[in-house]
Amino acid sequence: MEEYSIQVSNLTKRFGGFTAVDGVSFNVRAGEIFGFLGANGAGKTTTIKMLCGLLASTSGTATVGGFDINRQPDRVKRAIGYMSQRFSLYEDLSVAENLTFFGGVYGLSDAGLRERREWAVAMAGLQGRERSLARELAGGMRQRLALGCAVLHRPGIVFLDEPTGGVDPVSRRRFWDLIGDLSAGGTTVFVTTHYLDEAEYCHTIMLMHAGRIAAGGSPGSLKAEHIRNPILEVESPDAIAALDAIQDQSWAKETSIFGTNLHVSVDDAAEGERLVRRTLAEHGIPAARVGRVTPTLEDVFIQVIEGKSEAGSQTKVGA
Amino acid sequence: MHNPNHIVPIIRKEFRQIRRDPRTMGILLFVPVFMLMMFGYALNFDVRHTPVAVLDLDRTPASRELWQQFGRTEFFDLRYWLRDQREIDRLLGTERARLAVVIPPGYGADLAAGRSPAVQFIVDGANSNAATAVLGSLEAMMQQHSLRLTAERILRRGGSRVALPLDYRPRVWFNPELKSAKFLIPGLIGFILMVVAVISTTLSIVREKERGTMEQLAVSPVTPLELVAGKTAPYVLIALLSTTMILLLGAWLFEVRVAGSLLLLYGVTLVFILAALGMGIMISTLADTQQVAFMIAVIATMLPSYILSGFVFPIRNMPLPVQLITYLVPGRYYLVCIRAIILKGAGLEAFWPQVLALCAFAAMMLGAAAVRIRMKKL
Repeated sequence: MEEYSIQVSNLTKRFGGFTAVDGVSFNVRAGEIFGFLGANGAGKTTTIKMLCGLLASTSGTATVGGFDINRQPDRVKRAIGYMSQRFSLYEDLSVAENLTFFGGVYGLSDAGLRERREWAVAMAGLQGRERSLARELAGGMRQRLALGCAVLHRPGIVFLDEPTGGVDPVSRRRFWDLIGDLSAGGTTVFVTTHYLDEAEYCHTIMLMHAGRIAAGGSPGSLKAEHIRNPILEVESPDAIAALDAIQDQSWAKETSIFGTNLHVSVDDAAEGERLVRRTLAEHGIPAARVGRVTPTLEDVFIQVIEGKSEAGSQTKVGA
Repeated sequence: MHNPNHIVPIIRKEFRQIRRDPRTMGILLFVPVFMLMMFGYALNFDVRHTPVAVLDLDRTPASRELWQQFGRTEFFDLRYWLRDQREIDRLLGTERARLAVVIPPGYGADLAAGRSPAVQFIVDGANSNAATAVLGSLEAMMQQHSLRLTAERILRRGGSRVALPLDYRPRVWFNPELKSAKFLIPGLIGFILMVVAVISTTLSIVREKERGTMEQLAVSPVTPLELVAGKTAPYVLIALLSTTMILLLGAWLFEVRVAGSLLLLYGVTLVFILAALGMGIMISTLADTQQVAFMIAVIATMLPSYILSGFVFPIRNMPLPVQLITYLVPGRYYLVCIRAIILKGAGLEAFWPQVLALCAFAAMMLGAAAVRIRMKKL
């Protein structure tokens, strides 16, 4: 088996005068979960579409499963599975009929189809619901059925384009367990998401911003590389006022709203905590809790994107 | 390139979806029957039982004999006997009568004296088609009556048996009772097939775009041509079923029986259906939503198939520029073929140019659709 399932080199896509993907290069190791992150319009979906053969690249090359995406798109299509954020199932067909159809489209034999259909029904937790129409299923079930349809033909690589949108947290968690199982079984999983907590499940993360790769690596190495200062979490009934008070202080390296709390990057945790409390007291803002937190990928994301924006190197806005 | 293993699951899936979708089923089954009833019963050019009002100012046996003629034919119904000229205005104005007969005083006496009395007929001309038909029947009736009167006059003057100079014996072929249903039903098959085939294929393809399943299929090994072949095949079969249904209902309700070869009929129909499918696929490459696709399909099929195909209005009566446009309407060719087969029992030799034109049209439409699909415009 090759070391890399996907090799992308200088891949570029222009739509008229707009560059959606700008000279992107990266490799995806066989069997890993590869998380592709970025805001809407950062170029994630365009990249996936090029890798799946849905869109021709303007320049640059890529191989998927060893096949050139521009010269051998038919071979690529046989090697991959694809699931879009719309869970593109036939709503007026039953669970079994959807699986039968996609199995047939990928040329599965009758015996192979029967076996894989059973596997997919069990994987999606849809035993006993084989005859239900897809439109009658809850979001999480439809999502797992769509995954079943996408990997029915045992592709070596599966592309999941924002597969967890609009699904409840329990189902999301369960879905990531399935992704883990696929990866453990040797399937390369290429997944995009904008839930940063989900990115923690990935072996490798690539962060896209305005058509380019902004950062990449394992979640651990990304945090180590980009978050050198301790981060304090400040809980306050008036987080906005607290933000205004703290962000002008010279000792506060980075300040951002995090949910209903405030994250402040400082040089030293103990000294920082003292400074935060003093500043809030001076402004008459009550502080419920101040404490050090483990940095998350969201901290990394903010650090990287804000760094890019401040540097002014990236001024493009995605469409 | 066309792997039947790809096409078969698509055909199977399409049939399942058609079966589950009451709207599609309705379009495919109800619409043909509904249209057959509409056009067979409601669209009737036959003018029969025209209500007649009589103002007999003469009141002699001769005048009575004249107006009694109107009671002896199914074209007219004697309804009103008037006393006053003004009543005619009222009856024609309210459309209770469409023809008024005014026999002047002295009609009988003039006739007996060998003069030619004038009789007035007032026709409601609001509906020009109906009025033309009424005038035709009226003229024929009155000529016959005049001939009879002439003959009587000669006999009375002591002449022997009178032979008329011309023995008029018309005989109508193909549609002896001159029923418009017989003329309309073959055309109706063309109209229904065009509308149903184009709309259903267009919607079935655009629906996949709208729901995102098209994208799912685009990343699969299925080629666009396989996809379109698999998706349209069921509609070819359904369109042929529709044809059969209309033929059976037409025979049962309107006594329109196929005089010619059924094989030829279905052969020509198949070519016509392929042309319609080509159009449907073309339209589906232009639209991204079912609403837009439906609009385009209706505009592209309904009006041309109704007005420009010769279905209802004879093409030779149209102004020349419009006649030229009709050459772009496939129904024009199909209708010539199908009327010839059903009504006249004619063979291929009677309409091979139309069949050729139809084949060319189908090839062009399917070819253009294939090019659009290859350009990934689906």
